[in-house]
Amino acid sequence: MTDESTPTDETGPTAAGPPRVVLVDDHRMVRTGVRTELGDAVEVVGEAGDVDQAVIVITATRPEVVLLDVHLPGGGGAEVIHRIAPTMPEVRFLALSVSDAAEDVITTIRAGARGYVTKSITGPELADAVLRVAGGDAVFSPRLAGFVLDAFSSGAPAPASAEELDLLSPREREVMRLIARGYAYKEVAKELFISIKTVETHVSAVLRKLQLSNRHELSRWAADRGVV
Amino acid sequence: MTAAPAPPAPSRPPRPPLRRAVDGRWVAGVARGLALHLGVDPWVIRAAFVLAAFSGAGVIAYAAFWAVVPLDTRPDRGAAPARGLRPDPYGPAPGPGEGQPPGEERRDLVGLLGLAAVAVGGLLLLRQAGLEVAGAAVPFVVAATGVAVLWRLADDAQRRRVVEATAGLTQPVGEGAPRWAGWARLFLGVVLLATGAGVFFASRGGIGAATTAVLAVLVALAGLLVVAGPWLYRLVRELADERAERIRSQERADLAAHVHDSVLQTLTLIQRRSDDPREVVRLARAEERALRQWLYQPAAERADSVAVVLERLAADVEDDHGGTLDVVCVGDAPVDERLEALLQAAREAMVNAAKYAAEDGPVSVYAEVEPHEVSVYVRDRGPGFELAAIPADRMGVRESIIGRVERAGGRAEVRTAPGDGCEVRLSMPRTEEGQ
Repeated sequence: MTDESTPTDETGPTAAGPPRVVLVDDHRMVRTGVRTELGDAVEVVGEAGDVDQAVIVITATRPEVVLLDVHLPGGGGAEVIHRIAPTMPEVRFLALSVSDAAEDVITTIRAGARGYVTKSITGPELADAVLRVAGGDAVFSPRLAGFVLDAFSSGAPAPASAEELDLLSPREREVMRLIARGYAYKEVAKELFISIKTVETHVSAVLRKLQLSNRHELSRWAADRGVV
Repeated sequence: MTAAPAPPAPSRPPRPPLRRAVDGRWVAGVARGLALHLGVDPWVIRAAFVLAAFSGAGVIAYAAFWAVVPLDTRPDRGAAPARGLRPDPYGPAPGPGEGQPPGEERRDLVGLLGLAAVAVGGLLLLRQAGLEVAGAAVPFVVAATGVAVLWRLADDAQRRRVVEATAGLTQPVGEGAPRWAGWARLFLGVVLLATGAGVFFASRGGIGAATTAVLAVLVALAGLLVVAGPWLYRLVRELADERAERIRSQERADLAAHVHDSVLQTLTLIQRRSDDPREVVRLARAEERALRQWLYQPAAERADSVAVVLERLAADVEDDHGGTLDVVCVGDAPVDERLEALLQAAREAMVNAAKYAAEDGPVSVYAEVEPHEVSVYVRDRGPGFELAAIPADRMGVRESIIGRVERAGGRAEVRTAPGDGCEVRLSMPRTEEGQ
């Protein structure tokens, strides 16, 4: 479990200084609240309230991380990702939403978000998640980890053409379990006697599977919402 | 209707109102509707109609019933109307003769034959009345069948409207009855009608007169369409718009009622209790939970399963002790006796966490249902404690958590250290019949 090549190592943590962040949410009160909670940990360079505005602001400011609401007027968070990703692949998205509904989670992740946290997250945790995403890692909330376990282990076996993509390795499963139990990455590392870097590698691998796997449970959610 | 059988025994309590049946009908649902109403086998009524048709009375009676008795459009009538247009082959309360569910096409074909039979009966009736109809026999039957097809089409349209109005917004409407089928039947009806008329005139005044008559009919129809077309179209559009608007306003009323009953009430309460931050958090959290459930969880999915019970227990603990419990469940299973013990122990663990660690961030509750066992983890980030320091007489941890689970055949473990939070790990093997 040491050196698998994963998407994480294509870009290391960016230059020093707090990451530049754009907030996208259709409620101004939420944006203000998030901005306050994040404090000095990040530099908020722009805000947007709908899809079109978000595309303009992101294109203009080229942030490292976009904090993205899942439900937005004009197509939702996934639409923003679809429009930005082809031209600016270096921009990373972290989905932030009040919704716990599985299809919202999976739609946004499969569109390309590097993580999903709910709005009940505390300020420091959110800042930590932004830093993590800026560094190229994935951010899994307990709920997202639970959903992954559900989707990858539930009754129906993987399709006949099951590749590595459609299954979680035992180690990945263990990591997901601990995250679902509320363990931070650091605590997961301690519990499994592995380095934090290895935990991050596992989580990124799971994210990749979540985005690319053809497992029935995943493709069904995606198909329902008209996402690839 | 002299053949009507004796009325059913008065002891049979609810007699369905007289409606033309939608499910399991052969022609227009008259016979089946009567049978359901009278509580007899539909074939008895059908036979009576056919026999009576030879005297003509059967046809008149049938046509009269068709025209006067309303179509059965009650949404609770069997499951079929609420689920799209496919007739439920096992219709509600099948009579002894209703065992065979014919395929859709076969039923349509038979329906057509039935319509033709009605028309033939009508012909016999006319002859009985002394009218000279020998030459008009065939055209009359054809034309009457056309009319009957059109009538039946109207029945279906009416039924579809009702289905659309009663179906949920999310349900695909009209699925199962392709549009073209309706148009094909409309076309068939008109063609039959025109053919009948044409042949009739041909038999009277030669082929020239027939052509003229058919042409005249067609031209008149076309003219009518041109004149009334736009108006008809607008009428249909307005009808659709109005229906959509009605559904929307119904939704809005539901939403307003819900918001008023729950959210506004809670906000009022919060303002009144604004001096007690703990209570405010509790109220807000409870309301959030209720709203979330209302928005994201369809009521149908909520049977008594591990996930549902655990969520409910967590909600109760939040209400009673404050704090925030984040529940994540993977897999699900019905609750049996052993799992009940597991869940009660989990509840005690959640109570402890909420009591002693509520200030230190959310408590994570994780349950996983595997084929052979069910595990629950309750983890808090509170001050933690020295497990050995707990006096043996403290019932909480030892008895109500560990003891309870172990007695039921499971395992329980408490992991904690001062300053490092606390995690209670519970697991319970599943009984065989639970898979």
